[in-house]
Amino acid sequence: MFDLSGRTALVTGASGGIGGAIARALHAQGAVVSLSGTREAALQQLADELGSRVHVFPCNLADKTALDGLIASAETAMGGLDILVNNAGVTRDNLFIRMKDEEWDQVLRVNLDSAFYLTRAAVKNMMRRRFGRVIFITSVVGSMGNPGQANYAASKAAISAMAKSVGQEVASRNITLNCIAPGFIQTPMTDVLNEKQTEAMLQRIPAGRYGTPDEVASTAVFLASNEAAYVTGQTVHVNGGMIMI
Amino acid sequence: MSDIAARVNKIVIEHLGVDADKVIESANFIDDLGADSLDTVELVMAFEEEFSVEIPDDAAETIRTVGDAVAFISKKSA
Repeated sequence: MFDLSGRTALVTGASGGIGGAIARALHAQGAVVSLSGTREAALQQLADELGSRVHVFPCNLADKTALDGLIASAETAMGGLDILVNNAGVTRDNLFIRMKDEEWDQVLRVNLDSAFYLTRAAVKNMMRRRFGRVIFITSVVGSMGNPGQANYAASKAAISAMAKSVGQEVASRNITLNCIAPGFIQTPMTDVLNEKQTEAMLQRIPAGRYGTPDEVASTAVFLASNEAAYVTGQTVHVNGGMIMI
Repeated sequence: MSDIAARVNKIVIEHLGVDADKVIESANFIDDLGADSLDTVELVMAFEEEFSVEIPDDAAETIRTVGDAVAFISKKSA
């Protein structure tokens, strides 16, 4: 089950905690993996760790020109692209009435626009090959909202609506689009919280702990697999029971 | 039948899985050959590849029948 031998995958934001874990997990199941992200050294380090069946494509997703070439480069290097994991994302938190235009624009551009451009380019060739798996990493806040994150929450909810629409268009071509909505996951982002903040956060999580990047990655492996062929347009919530919908 | 028409017919037959005798010049992809809107986009992509031509979106919208496709490609590759 969940064998990805012979499959090709591109993971954006692979220099981050969750993206890195997803890349490792897909690779461990046998896939050829392309790593994309802004921090080239971190990508190269991960590539060295994985050894073979790996390619590195540094890319700033806020840069439309760089973005345009990314799918084509990955397809050329790997001889196709079966699995696209749109994981890259940024936050620019601020209270809504104080939110600057740039903070809104940056978050929507990197999180939503890049997912549109990359997915459009990838799906076109997935249609030709009659197979595709597109996975978006969204967030629990896309469903529940979060004070200070109007831009981020909006971008994540928009991605899920996009996935549902495209999912309906291309389901007959054996292409699925799904979202994984992580709750609080142990990453450098949560490590900066102090004890009091951590305690308050854990109060809201029935599991009583943060999730791990590997727990998000295993969900990605499932959604990327042949076994998940009948799952499309869905959001899988990986949040320790923080919300149940 | 011209070479272009033969190649167009072959793509249509393969892509839509229809009988060759239904693929006549006046056959409308959607009404007569059972294509959906996504099929028509894929057919245009297949024509672009086969004939190495670019078919812009506004032109693609005017290609509704087998004959339309042959005429457009003949004009483009002339």
